Amino acid sequence: MASRLAKRLGGLVIVMFIVAAIVFFLTRLAPGDPAALMLGDQATADDIARLRTTYGLDRPLFIQFGLWLAEVVKGNLGHSIFLQRPVTQALLERAEPTFFLALFALAFATLIGIPCGIASAVWRGRLVDQILSAIAMLSASIPSFWLGLLFIQFFAVRLGWLPVAGYGDPGAPLAERLAHLILPATVLGIVNSALIVRFTRASMLDVLGEDFIRTARAKGISERRVVLRHAFGNALVPIVTVVGLTGALLIGGAIVTETVFGLPGIGNLIVSSVLRRDYPVIQGALIVVAGIYVIINIAVDLIYALVDPRVRT
Amino acid sequence: MTDTSPLLDIADLKVAFDTETGTVTPILGVNLKVHAGETVALVGESGSGKSVTSLAVMGLLPRPAGRVAEGRILFRRRSGDSVDLATLPREAMQQLRGGEIAMIFQEPMTSLNPVLSVGEQIAEAVRQHMKLDRRAAQKRAIEMLELVEIPAAASRALEYPHEMSGGMRQRVMIALAMSCNPSLLIADEPTTALDVTVQAQILALIDRLRHDTGMGVLFITHNLGVVAEVADRVTVMYAGQVVEAGPVRALFRGARHPYTRGLMDCLPARAHRGADGRRVVKAIPGTVASALAIHDGCRFGPRCEHAADACRAAPPGLEFAEPEHLTRCIRWRSL
Repeated sequence: MASRLAKRLGGLVIVMFIVAAIVFFLTRLAPGDPAALMLGDQATADDIARLRTTYGLDRPLFIQFGLWLAEVVKGNLGHSIFLQRPVTQALLERAEPTFFLALFALAFATLIGIPCGIASAVWRGRLVDQILSAIAMLSASIPSFWLGLLFIQFFAVRLGWLPVAGYGDPGAPLAERLAHLILPATVLGIVNSALIVRFTRASMLDVLGEDFIRTARAKGISERRVVLRHAFGNALVPIVTVVGLTGALLIGGAIVTETVFGLPGIGNLIVSSVLRRDYPVIQGALIVVAGIYVIINIAVDLIYALVDPRVRT
Repeated sequence: MTDTSPLLDIADLKVAFDTETGTVTPILGVNLKVHAGETVALVGESGSGKSVTSLAVMGLLPRPAGRVAEGRILFRRRSGDSVDLATLPREAMQQLRGGEIAMIFQEPMTSLNPVLSVGEQIAEAVRQHMKLDRRAAQKRAIEMLELVEIPAAASRALEYPHEMSGGMRQRVMIALAMSCNPSLLIADEPTTALDVTVQAQILALIDRLRHDTGMGVLFITHNLGVVAEVADRVTVMYAGQVVEAGPVRALFRGARHPYTRGLMDCLPARAHRGADGRRVVKAIPGTVASALAIHDGCRFGPRCEHAADACRAAPPGLEFAEPEHLTRCIRWRSL
């Protein structure tokens, strides 16, 4: 187990270096000059050149990359060109809504998706399965922005139960801020639960056809126990995978949902930074998101060993 | 064994499966008795309905397609009462299953749950039927592993199935089946997937347990060599029907059905020298009739070298060739 972890962490370093390189050079490939953008239409060529020197934009790309990477390793993601503060600070300020949004949406998607998937598999082909499969298909096909607008219209505007948009006052109590997440998290949860339902159903169907399920039934234990302990216990590996991937995607910022609900999260920050050519922020955000993605994948890999003894040895 | 009524008494069993193309009846007329303390072999080719018969006894026919359409499966409980397993409510059946009636399956490699330790898997059945607490059940599991001659049982109980060989796993299956002192053990081809040397050990183990506990064993196999070794009585199935049944000696001395004869001729030990001097093992021509394509008359007719017009006219019934020796062949006298 420890050597497995060590091996994965070694891989993490390599992956992160590659990610850093791709992020850095891809960002530079995009057209547009941040210095010119920042100074606006009235700026002279001299002004722009001076600003480029200040931010080191006039130096060769590989030098820029080396300097940037050295700082990244130290934990310094650079300074935002537009926000007038360190990138790490900008990210941290935006982390809370994104983190809780991802957490709630994933919890919602999992709590809905897994039981529905199990029910669908157990009553395969029956009415329950047909209804659940239809709903799953529908929720996978609905665009989240449309569902978001629908929810805002109904729950926030018409019923007035929940806030329409935004993340409330930064000084407000946490509970009040989190109330702003109920609608977006539900939307994201519904959209993402579809995949979990499909994976759980398929995985359970596979397992329910196995010989050891017949053995379990032959023991005379209840069907409920057969399904939950024997079948579900064996169906977990693909389910853990899809839940992990969903979580990782959500951490990366549910860009559309954050935009629709006006949430000041990471996804929102990335979009506005791209529009402003704010290289340091784009790079920093992508590095952090990629890092979280890789770490979640490692965690999923370690969970495999917990749920399946065959992986341990 | 003061009670002489059979432990298991299957009469005129008919099992039906509802499929998209209509209802099929893979089992149509099975009569079978197992007494306490004896081993009855249920023999037949693949597809003859042996396993479906055993699943019907266990109440494990695939739902919702499979069902017992006719007949009864009487089982004498430990309490002395007889119950009809074909009509028993699901919960009552669940109590018997794994408790008084246990089963071992053909594939030891896939019949154990890969994510639970073997000790847990045995303890689970023990807790269910013997109402023991966790610790006592675990202790019982280790005792059962010792009973099936697994060395270092206490530490092996913590192992997972993938850490064991096929023979070991089949021993675990047997330990699991025996853990609640069943009075009837159904063994569905328990040695087919194993090496020959391991086969012999497993057969000896099942036989010793039968002898020690006085349970009845329904031993399903297609291997007549195994039958000769373990069985007291034999029931031969063909295309969903019992075609011959009797004491093992009587059958091997003088089979009264052409199909049984054919099976015995397939034994390599009975191979004869061909014209070129090489040993020739005789085979039965054709394949088992599909349950979907059953015709009038004797089901074995199309493959039978003794078939006459009368055989094609009407389905033959079971009749006594000798006391305790049944055959479903109208021409048994001329065999």
